[in-house]
Amino acid sequence: MTALRLEGISKHFGAIHALNDVSLSLQPGEILGLMGDNGAGKSTLVKIIAGNFRPTHGRITIKDRPIVFDGPLDARQHGIEIVYQDLALCDNLTAAVNVFLGRELTRSVGPFRILDYGAMNRRAAELFKELKSETRPRDTVKSMSGGQRQAVAIARTRLSDADIVLMDEPTAAISVRQVAEVLNLIRELKRQGIAVVLISHRMPDVFAVADRIVVMRRGTKVADKPTAATSPEEITGLITGAIEHA
Amino acid sequence: MPETTDMTAAASIDGAIARETHSRLGRLLSQQAFWVFLAAVVACVSLALATDTFATSQNLFNVTRNFAFVAIVALGMTVVIISGGIDLSVGSVLCLSAMVLAITMNAGYPLAVGAALALAVSLLVGFVNGVLIATLRIPPFVVTLGMLSIARSAAMVLSNNKMIFQFGPDEKLLFFLGGGATFGIANPVIALFVLAVVTGLVLKWTRWGTHVFAIGANERAAVLTGIAVTRVKISVYMFSALMAGVAGVLEAGWLGGVTTNLGQSMELSVIAATVIGGANLLGGAGTVFGSVVGAALIEVIRNSLILLGISTFWQGAFVGSFIVLAVAFDRIRAYRESDH
Repeated sequence: MTALRLEGISKHFGAIHALNDVSLSLQPGEILGLMGDNGAGKSTLVKIIAGNFRPTHGRITIKDRPIVFDGPLDARQHGIEIVYQDLALCDNLTAAVNVFLGRELTRSVGPFRILDYGAMNRRAAELFKELKSETRPRDTVKSMSGGQRQAVAIARTRLSDADIVLMDEPTAAISVRQVAEVLNLIRELKRQGIAVVLISHRMPDVFAVADRIVVMRRGTKVADKPTAATSPEEITGLITGAIEHA
Repeated sequence: MPETTDMTAAASIDGAIARETHSRLGRLLSQQAFWVFLAAVVACVSLALATDTFATSQNLFNVTRNFAFVAIVALGMTVVIISGGIDLSVGSVLCLSAMVLAITMNAGYPLAVGAALALAVSLLVGFVNGVLIATLRIPPFVVTLGMLSIARSAAMVLSNNKMIFQFGPDEKLLFFLGGGATFGIANPVIALFVLAVVTGLVLKWTRWGTHVFAIGANERAAVLTGIAVTRVKISVYMFSALMAGVAGVLEAGWLGGVTTNLGQSMELSVIAATVIGGANLLGGAGTVFGSVVGAALIEVIRNSLILLGISTFWQGAFVGSFIVLAVAFDRIRAYRESDH
């Protein structure tokens, strides 16, 4: 069973062809490194998978069933979750409340529905434990390290038992030690059978965790290789265009 | 033994939940509202010692009643400021609400009808504010500045700029509501207490409250996580206008007459109370308790100047200093937090 398959995806914005005939597939538990220079079409591709854009041409299938997304919420309901580059966290709220933001748990007290902080803290603690993160549910996000913040954002994707997690530059702008922490979080997702698309500029991080690397250049896919069969030098060449195709 | 591992797993999760970076005492000490409360208590105690007029039941009754109006409006302002907005129209909405009440009752209708109409008009004003801010994305400062002008103008048009001091058959009831007392406590103070408790509980314990905090801290995140940002924002401005409307009804009853300059530049005291109480004008932070204490502190300062025989012209200087001091305090704390 394929977690996600894209066939002949194109996206045109007027005369601009942001994506041309891109096909790729993703297996459960697979980590796909998506690389490319700025403007190569990475983020357009991610936005199509996340339901933000509709492709001009092409077909998306999830678990072997064709799908047309009707917006990001629809994609989410089909098991696709995104971890945004800026993580979309609220500094003033606790880790647990951030995990549940927009889908808070409530309980009834008389005629009122009030937040069930106890249940949210418990569930968040379980998720952090699953992710092997030291994050504490009742701490506010403001005081957290980059790695812990990533854990909060990733825990959010685990709430709905997503099958596919898209991660946009998760290791940009955090310290070396925290990068290791985030890479472990990604490996943990893989161990649980979740397919991860890792969008990154950082070659060492992609080579550390990705099973396969896809390189985009000027809207087309120029490489799709197992990580073991390529090298940072080759990928750099593909990104810059020094190597035409692989 | 799977049972014991389950138990230790459960225990470690409980441990993780219980662990926090800051202790309860540490959190209390980092709350601006706590320090403002302390300042207010110190001011009250020293006034009680320095004068024999402050701690009299009549003076305390007056002080609490006087700040209740500002504090009730500040409840709404607190929610608006937490959501990252501002509402400059509250003083004018208070006036418009009082005027609608006065005109309705003056025409012979009962208090219930007058109050319902006054609050409905207030809610309508808040709705217009909210829609302009949330859907057309006009900055709240601009929208509510415009509404400050429009609402007061509406009150003038409605009343032909005349004072209304006859309130028909329910006049006594209205005067009792705003000017009377129950169990020795001024009725507006009781109203403040009830509204403050409700607002505090709603902010802490409902999804709406959490969403208000989320929008104030990171609106984009709120949108991305599927929060109905537009709806919440509109409701926030409606809540603020409603509080101003309630204060208008009560103040009409206390004053026994409504003029079109009622609540003039009140928005400044209200914002001052809220900011002194720890609300962050950038959004995402603020407490009901802080804003009420902030309003109380402003009134205690005013009262103390009178009792100590100092010209009340100094009041602005003191309140202004407190605003700057409160924000400086907040900046210093934020600076120290970002340090580690």
